[in-house]
Amino acid sequence: MTRLAGSEGPRPTVSPAAPVVEPAKGGRRHLLSVAELGAEGIAEILEVSDAFVEVGRRSIPKVPSLRGRTVVTLFAEQSTRTRLSFETAAKRLSADVLSFSLDTSSVKKGESLRDTVETVAAMGVDAFVVRHTSAGAPAAVARWVDASVVNAGDGWHEHPTQALLDCYTIRQVLAERAGRPSQGAGVGCFVGLRVAIVGDVRHSRVARSLVLAMGSLGAEVILVAPGSLLPPSLEGWPVTEVSYDLDAVLPHVDVCYLLRLQSERGAGAFLPSVREYSTWYGLTARRAGLLGDGALVMHPGPMNRGVEIADDVAALPQSLVLRQVSNGVAVRMAVLFMLLGQAPVPGTGVSA
Amino acid sequence: MAERERRLTPPRGGVFVPRVQVLTAQDVQRALTRIAHEIIERNHGLDDVMLVGLQTGGVPLSFRIASVLEEMEGTSVPVGLLDVAFYRDDIGIRPVLPEAATDIPGDLAGQLVVLVDDVLFTGRTVRAALNALGDYGRARAVQLAVMVDRGHRELPIRPDYVGKNMPTRIDEQVDVSLDGVVLGDVVPR
Repeated sequence: MTRLAGSEGPRPTVSPAAPVVEPAKGGRRHLLSVAELGAEGIAEILEVSDAFVEVGRRSIPKVPSLRGRTVVTLFAEQSTRTRLSFETAAKRLSADVLSFSLDTSSVKKGESLRDTVETVAAMGVDAFVVRHTSAGAPAAVARWVDASVVNAGDGWHEHPTQALLDCYTIRQVLAERAGRPSQGAGVGCFVGLRVAIVGDVRHSRVARSLVLAMGSLGAEVILVAPGSLLPPSLEGWPVTEVSYDLDAVLPHVDVCYLLRLQSERGAGAFLPSVREYSTWYGLTARRAGLLGDGALVMHPGPMNRGVEIADDVAALPQSLVLRQVSNGVAVRMAVLFMLLGQAPVPGTGVSA
Repeated sequence: MAERERRLTPPRGGVFVPRVQVLTAQDVQRALTRIAHEIIERNHGLDDVMLVGLQTGGVPLSFRIASVLEEMEGTSVPVGLLDVAFYRDDIGIRPVLPEAATDIPGDLAGQLVVLVDDVLFTGRTVRAALNALGDYGRARAVQLAVMVDRGHRELPIRPDYVGKNMPTRIDEQVDVSLDGVVLGDVVPR
């Protein structure tokens, strides 16, 4: 029924860093990469997210769907919004949440990731939400344990739930403007949509997931970055255009998606100076003025104010940064519900 | 997804093959008019009465009952829509996905809610609906109106207003719409 990353279907078409997925243990389903979803899979998650946005508006924003299930958030890298968002999502589905940081665990005593994960899994866990500095770590966890695994960001590889919540936010805003409910709106609104992704594409897993999602939904993607911050190869990326000139691109886009300059991954070493980067690629108030009417400004957070986005731009009404965060909870509820709420057919990895 | 819809949903579900027309469109309309009368009679008017149609089969029926009530009493009755997917007790056993929008206008505190569905069968959908309603506030009372009660209850639930009591075999299928009620079978695709 759903296409959330089972072992079926063709191999992902793109993403050179995508790990080879072995058949999952016990027919569990995972969300490791946007590449595995395809347009149909994305559309289905967005539809279910609509129902959870409605849940979020209630006076008691909680449903009993995942009572008795346990979700572990296993984070080997710092995070505010992703972790809290997943934990809020799991709690609103009535699942039990175990929160787990590798920095404060026995990994510090020398235990391997595999031993740690298997130990936690032995306590009876239904889903792992994994963030790791190494690409492919969530896929490895998926092979080791009999539980569903959600990739919450692995190295430079992917951050699928971020791309999904970005898609959801764009679709929601476009539906609102058209005066329709977003429920049942489908994903037709993405066809021909012009999305500029600006900044540190090289180090950004968000960019990769978003490019793949936009590509499968039929949007046109324009990458805008200094050459040093583009990935070494764009082979397999469904990108329409690459530009070094933000001013020339801004008047013609529907969405301006700013990426964070990832200093912790050494982005600074690829630039003469942060100030120069900000001068050429930061969205200042003047540049925001170049945007067409109704163009959307998005940022996955955390924002480096004054670097990729100016303070006053972040506060503009067309800036969707906080809306992205609140939709994140609903989209992650949808993902957890779809992974855990449906029984696998034994041995197939496919839900009934 | 109610048992009835599940039986018809691919890949496992089959195709509905009609056998007997049990009620005509006119019969359905008459039954809805009678149910509307009973709602007014039982509650001494329409103060605080709110209809909640269960997605998807109960929705057209609830709008029809609301329009009959409005014709008779001259007051408009609020209609809410409810999808109970997240409250079902078979989550994790079978695929469950929300099918349509939930839209409950306002708080239910103090309201008299009449749940409306097309077919009452095992009672599990109604159980889920009662739990769901609890999250929207504490209704003064909840009553249940169904077009067809086909028996085979698995929970202690009974309807307050019934269009037609219809004994069935458990493997039969009842199809309800404003165009009538049809009894038939589900055959594999």
